[in-house]
Amino acid sequence: MTRLGDIAYARSGDKGNSANIGVIARDPAHYQTLVEKLTEERVIDYFKELNPSQVKRYLLPNLHALNFVLEDILDGGGSYSLRYDAQGKALGQALLEIEI
Amino acid sequence: MIPKPLKVGNAQAFWGDRPGAAFHLVSQQPDLNFVTLDYLAEVSMSIMAIQREKDFQLGYAQDFIQEALSLVPLWQAGSQVKVVTNAGGLNPVGCAERLVKEFQKLNVYKTIGVVYGDDVLGIMKNRSSEITANAYLGAEGIVEVLKKGADIVITGRIADPSLTLAPCRYHFGWNEDQYDLLAAGTIAGHLIECGTQVTGGIATDWLTIEDVVEIGYPVVEMNADGTFIVTKAKGTGGCVNEQTVKEQLLYEIGNPERYLSPDVTVSFLDLSVKDLEENRVLVKGAKGSAPPETLKVSATFMGGFKCEGFLAVVGKDAEKKARRAGEIVLERLEHLGLKPERSLIECLGTGDIVKGALPHISTYEVLLRIAIADSRIEVMERFSKEIAPLVTSGPQGVTGYTSGRPKPIKLFRYQAQEIPKQWVRHQTRIFRSQE
Repeated sequence: MTRLGDIAYARSGDKGNSANIGVIARDPAHYQTLVEKLTEERVIDYFKELNPSQVKRYLLPNLHALNFVLEDILDGGGSYSLRYDAQGKALGQALLEIEI
Repeated sequence: MIPKPLKVGNAQAFWGDRPGAAFHLVSQQPDLNFVTLDYLAEVSMSIMAIQREKDFQLGYAQDFIQEALSLVPLWQAGSQVKVVTNAGGLNPVGCAERLVKEFQKLNVYKTIGVVYGDDVLGIMKNRSSEITANAYLGAEGIVEVLKKGADIVITGRIADPSLTLAPCRYHFGWNEDQYDLLAAGTIAGHLIECGTQVTGGIATDWLTIEDVVEIGYPVVEMNADGTFIVTKAKGTGGCVNEQTVKEQLLYEIGNPERYLSPDVTVSFLDLSVKDLEENRVLVKGAKGSAPPETLKVSATFMGGFKCEGFLAVVGKDAEKKARRAGEIVLERLEHLGLKPERSLIECLGTGDIVKGALPHISTYEVLLRIAIADSRIEVMERFSKEIAPLVTSGPQGVTGYTSGRPKPIKLFRYQAQEIPKQWVRHQTRIFRSQE
């Protein structure tokens, strides 16, 4: 087991009430491991206390990357949310701590 | 004959980015053809609506006037750079008129193209609390005014990547149905619209970036065939490499096979990203298809007020003390009949920012944050007076009172809507400062 950040890098962003996290393999050889181990189920479980309604995963094999869209995770998003991280800017770096 | 590559840079990622970036970028990259400045995030329009309510001549990003004027000495020294910006917000014509006045004072001759027609509030009004509704227009109007000789283009709401695509369409003569080329311009725009986010800013490996103090703003060198290089001016800080480009490619996207813009539907699935030499990355493989039949609309609604208060708590059981202090504030409000409609207590430093994901941290030093939202201003006013009394009735080890009573801010609700394309018509006007 290793932390995700050792084999990948990431960036999160927001769109209304949802957020996305792009995860890119540091080495193309690790892309398959990410596809097998970093599933929608693992990611929705990791963030369950933030109440996303669903998590969709898209693959970009050409870039050795995965894109996770976490719907309704931002408690109203941008201006409406009361959270300190209303725009989900911390989600990407938080995901990199998951054990893989 | 194939036209030369086009150099487009971005010097503003959002309203609040570093002032003076445009001047530095154009000084550092004297052969830059276009500089884009992006002022409109999701709720920027709401702020402009409030400004315009107070003064009908406002409703645009006034900071832009300063950025434009800062380029005057560079133009006078021979720079040919053109400017494309959405700083016009809710009043692009007002913004242009103001800029013309400033240019006239300085005897600067410039042609300013204005693109508007994005304001669809009249058509969309389905709730009385809607205060703005703006369709995301594409590159078409910008191309039109560039063809009419505009040196500076000021728009209202535009799809951010279109600020970069339009100069490419204008320079290379790309048609509105050359989808792979439009996809290339759109991806180039997507990469540079957030400024330093592609030149090392917010990189996962940010600690390895050598000079962030004078980080360079990004430049794309677009080729006629739709391949392009992402780079930055020589001698600037920051870094452009495969990692920074891939991170920004994945920023704020949904389905990578169908990235929607008013100009084109883009697929990222054939892209390749390759380090060429230091700080020069080649991007190829952009693929596009017809754009959607609808335009995305950003609508904002009044949503009352919100306010946040902070206090640091130090010592044994810091987190427990902090939470209890936060609950006391809320309970005192409830006893007065002023219970906020929504409230949240966070203990920063313990893992509350991304709750449940990172392991809980036990600490001697916590920042208590209490946030509330309510439609009643009385709730905000009383809340702001309930923080200081903790000096004498709260736990010991609390500090941070010197920032005074927290001020409430207006809360806006944002909603993405859609409108059929045929209901929206872009409009353009040309202003010349020498007239």
